Amino acid sequence: MSAPATSHNGPGPAPLKALRPRSHGRRKAVDAAIRVFAWVAATAGIAVMFLIVWEVIQRGLSAIDWGFFTELPPVVGEDGGGLGNAILGTLVITFVAALIALPMGFFGGIWLAEFGRNGKIATGVRMVANVNMGIPSIVVGVFIFAALVRPLQHYSGFAGSIALAFIMLPVMARTTEDILNLVPNELRESGLAMGAPRWRVTLGVVIRAARSGLITGAVLATVRVAGETAPLLFTALSSPYWLQGLFGPEGFFGGPTANLTKTVYDFSGMPYERMQELAWGGALVIIVAVLGLNVLMRLIFQRGKEW
Amino acid sequence: MVGTTVSETLDQGGEILVAPPTEVAAGRSAAMDEDFDKLESVISVRGLDFFYGKEQALFGNHLEIKKNRVTAVIGPSGCGKSTHIRTYNRIYELYRDHKATGEVMFGGRNVLSSGTDLLDLRRRIGMIFQKPSPFPMTVFDNVAYGLRQHYKMNKAELADRVEDALKRSALWEEVKHKLGEPGIALSGGQQQRLCIARCIASEPDVVLMDEPCSAIDPVATAKIEELINALKANYTIVIVTHNMQQAARVSDYTAFFYEGYIVEVGPTTQIFSNPQQKQTEDYITGRFS
Amino acid sequence: MSTLDIDVRPQAGPPRGAAKAAPRGHRRFGDPVFRVVALVCGLSVAIAMFTLAGVLIYNSWTAISELGLSFLTTVAWSPNGGSYGALAALAGTAMTTVVAMVIAVPLALVIALLLTELVPPRVARVIGTGIEMLAAIPSIIFGMWGLFVLVPFMQERVAPLVMDSWLGELPLLRPGPMFQGGGFSILTAGLVLAVMVLPFITAFSRDVLLMVPRVTKEAGYGMGSTTWEVLHKISLRYALSGIVGATFIGLGRALGETMAVAYLVGGSFLSVPQSLFDPGTTIASLIALQFNEATTKLDISALIYMGLILFAITMVFQVLAQIWLRRARRTTGGRA
Repeated sequence: MSAPATSHNGPGPAPLKALRPRSHGRRKAVDAAIRVFAWVAATAGIAVMFLIVWEVIQRGLSAIDWGFFTELPPVVGEDGGGLGNAILGTLVITFVAALIALPMGFFGGIWLAEFGRNGKIATGVRMVANVNMGIPSIVVGVFIFAALVRPLQHYSGFAGSIALAFIMLPVMARTTEDILNLVPNELRESGLAMGAPRWRVTLGVVIRAARSGLITGAVLATVRVAGETAPLLFTALSSPYWLQGLFGPEGFFGGPTANLTKTVYDFSGMPYERMQELAWGGALVIIVAVLGLNVLMRLIFQRGKEW
Repeated sequence: MVGTTVSETLDQGGEILVAPPTEVAAGRSAAMDEDFDKLESVISVRGLDFFYGKEQALFGNHLEIKKNRVTAVIGPSGCGKSTHIRTYNRIYELYRDHKATGEVMFGGRNVLSSGTDLLDLRRRIGMIFQKPSPFPMTVFDNVAYGLRQHYKMNKAELADRVEDALKRSALWEEVKHKLGEPGIALSGGQQQRLCIARCIASEPDVVLMDEPCSAIDPVATAKIEELINALKANYTIVIVTHNMQQAARVSDYTAFFYEGYIVEVGPTTQIFSNPQQKQTEDYITGRFS
Repeated sequence: MSTLDIDVRPQAGPPRGAAKAAPRGHRRFGDPVFRVVALVCGLSVAIAMFTLAGVLIYNSWTAISELGLSFLTTVAWSPNGGSYGALAALAGTAMTTVVAMVIAVPLALVIALLLTELVPPRVARVIGTGIEMLAAIPSIIFGMWGLFVLVPFMQERVAPLVMDSWLGELPLLRPGPMFQGGGFSILTAGLVLAVMVLPFITAFSRDVLLMVPRVTKEAGYGMGSTTWEVLHKISLRYALSGIVGATFIGLGRALGETMAVAYLVGGSFLSVPQSLFDPGTTIASLIALQFNEATTKLDISALIYMGLILFAITMVFQVLAQIWLRRARRTTGGRA
C-alpha cells in the first residue's frame, strides 16, 4: 500500500478535477428505444408467421375436400381433381428417406457420443456433420442427379429419398449425439459396473434415458425434409400419375414420382385458377403437417426445447 | 486487550490470521470507543422483508450502516447475508419473483420506492461480487467504464482518474504497463482489485462487497483486506463474509444474520468477545452446525 | 435440447445373470459388432460429404475444362446465346444475402436480448416458440406467400413510394435498365430471406447470450448500466464470436436458399442488377429454374459447376461459422 490512501481526504483527490455528472436522460431514452425496438421486432417476426399461415389457410381451405386427398390432379384447364398422388408420393419418399437416414444417423450419433468422443476422427466427423447441415439443399439435389439419376438415365422417387436422406443424416447424427451427451456418465458407469456389455448399456440404459429427446429429434428431422422442394426438383421430379409398384416407369425406383412440394411449386406458377387453388391446398396440407407435428412434439415432450 | 483473546477464539477455524494483530486491534478499538448511535448513518434499513417467490428470505431486518466504517455481515450460509445487501442497490431486481418490502433509506429516500433512479443509485452504491468479474475489455477500459458512463470528462482527466483509482486499489504498480491488456488476463486477486478500482473510480458513497475473497487465495485476500482498511477513510463499506476471522480483521461493526433475521448488531470486538445472544455465541465459537 | 427423463429402472433381462458369468457369446461379438456398426455410420456422415464433392467435381469437369475460371467473370447465363457466365448470379446472390443479413442480424440480436433479459422465462418461451415456428415453415410456402402477397405489395406500394421520392435517386435504389416495377426484385427476395434466416440467428444469438456469466452481467448492472449498455458494452463482447458464428450460419442459409428466391427474384440471368428494385437471379435459383431447360452436355455440366461453386462458397461460411462458434464455446466455457 502506498501513500494515496492517506493523502486524500473527502471525495475526489486534490489533483483531480471535480467530477461533472452526466445526465441519465439520454441513456435511459436509448435503452427505452431499444426495448421498444425489441418488442416490435419480435412481434413483427411472429406476425409474419401468422400472416403466412393465415394466407395459406384462407386461400387453401376451399381446395380441401375428400377428393383432394384421393384424386389425381385435373387436366390443365379443367376443374375438380386433387393431389392424392402427390400426397402419397411425399409420404413414401419421406418414409424411405427416414428409413435410411434415421438408423444411420442414430448409430453415427452413438459413435460420436460414446466411442469417438473427443478423438481426432470424431472431432473431424463432427465438424463435417455441422458443415453438412449447411449445404444448400439444391446442391444435394444436383449431387443426387449427377450420382444417381444421370447414370441410371431416369428420375425416380428413390433418388428423391436418397437426397432427403442425405440431408437428414447429419441432423440425426448430431441430434443423437447432443442428447446422449446430456445423459449423466454415472448411468453408463453403473451399467458397465454391473458387467453388462457396452452395447447393452448404450442401447438399454443410455438410449432409454434419452428416448423422448431422440424421438423428438427424429420426428422433427423427418418433418423438416418432408417440406423440402429443392432436392426433389431433379431427382423425384414430378408426375401426374399414381405411384405404381416399385419398378417400371411409374414405380418408385423406375420413374418420376409425384410429390407434394414440387407439385405445389409447379401449380402455383400456372395461370389457371384451379391449379393455383390446388397449390394453396397443398401448401395448407404441408403447413398443417409441419407446424402441427412441431407443436405436437412440444406438447408431448414439454421441455422439447428450452425457449 | 480484548483483541488477543478474540483472535485466539477465532483461530480454531484453522485459518491463518493474515493481518498483523496490532492493526486489527487498532481498527477495533476505535469502534469500541465511539458512540454507535451518534455516528452518521449512510444507509438505514428498517423492517426489510425479502421474498423469493412465495418463500420469505428476510424478516424485518433493521440495520444502520455508518459512514466511513466497515460493517461486516456474517452468518451461516443461506441465512440471507447476500440477499440483504443486494437490496441496497436493488440488483436483486434482475430476477423475476424476487421482491423486497420495507425501507432501505439512503440519501433521504427509500431506495425500494418506485421513483428511485437505479442508474444513479448504483453509481452511488457500488458492488464487488464473489467471483472477480472484469468486463471483457482492457484493464484501462474496465476502470474507465463507470467514469465514461456517469461523468463528462476529457481524455486526460479520464487517464488521471483511472490511474488514481488503480493506485488507490493498490494495483497500479502491477498493471501500469498492462493497461492495454484484457482484464481477464490478470490473476484472480488482481482481477478482484481491478473490480474494486472500477467501482471506486466512479466515486460511490458506499461499496458493497459480497464475499469478495471467497474465490481467491490467502495472499491476495490479505491484500484486499489491507485495501479495505485503507478505503474506509473515503467510503462506507459493507462486507458480507462467511469467514469470521476476516470479519474480525476488517470490520468496525458486525451484524450477525441467522435464518433471515438479524440476531445481533454491534461493534465487532463486542460481537466476537462478548456476544449478547446465544445464537451469535454458538456461531462464532463454531458450535454451530 | 434437454428432453431427458432419466429413468433408471432396472433393465428387463440380462445384467444380473450375465454380469458374473464369463464373457459369453453376445459379449464377445456384441461389442465389436456394435462398435463397428456405429463407426461405419459415424464415418458415413463424413464420407457422404466427400462423395458429394467428388461427384460434383467429376460431373462439372466438362464445364470446368471448357470454361475454366472465366465462368466466374462472364456475366450472362444464356446457353442458347453461347454465354456461360455465373457473374450475374454471383452478384445477385451477394446482393440478396446482404439485404437479408442487414435486416435480419439487428432484429435477431434485439429479439435475443428480449428473450434473455427483458421478459420472464414463460413469456420468452412463447415468443421463442413463435419465432421457432417461423423456422419450421418450408421455404416453398415463403415463396408462394411472397409471390402472391409480397410481390404485389412491393410493386404497388413500396416501389412507387420510393421512386417518387428523393430516395429513388440514390445509387442502389435508382431503377436500373432491367427494372420491371420492383415487384420481382432483389429487395423482395432479400426481405423474405431475412424472415427466413431470422429464427436461426435469433436462436444461436440467444444461446450465446445465455452463456455470458451471470456475475459479469450483474457487475454491469451494478455499475449503473442500462440493459442496452450491458448488452452492447459487455455481453456482446463476450458473445461476439458466437454471434459472428451465428451470422455465418444465417449467411450460409441465405446464400443457398432456393425456392423462395426462385419465386421472387425475377429470374433475370443476363446482367448484374444495378438496383435493389431490379430483378436478378442467384446461383441456387438459377440452377432450379434452368436445370430442366438444359439440353446439351455442356449446359448440364455448367449447371453442376454452378452447384459446385455454391457448395464451395457455403462451405467457406459454414467452416468459418464452426470456427467462431468453437471459439465462443472456449471463451465462455459453455457448450453451445
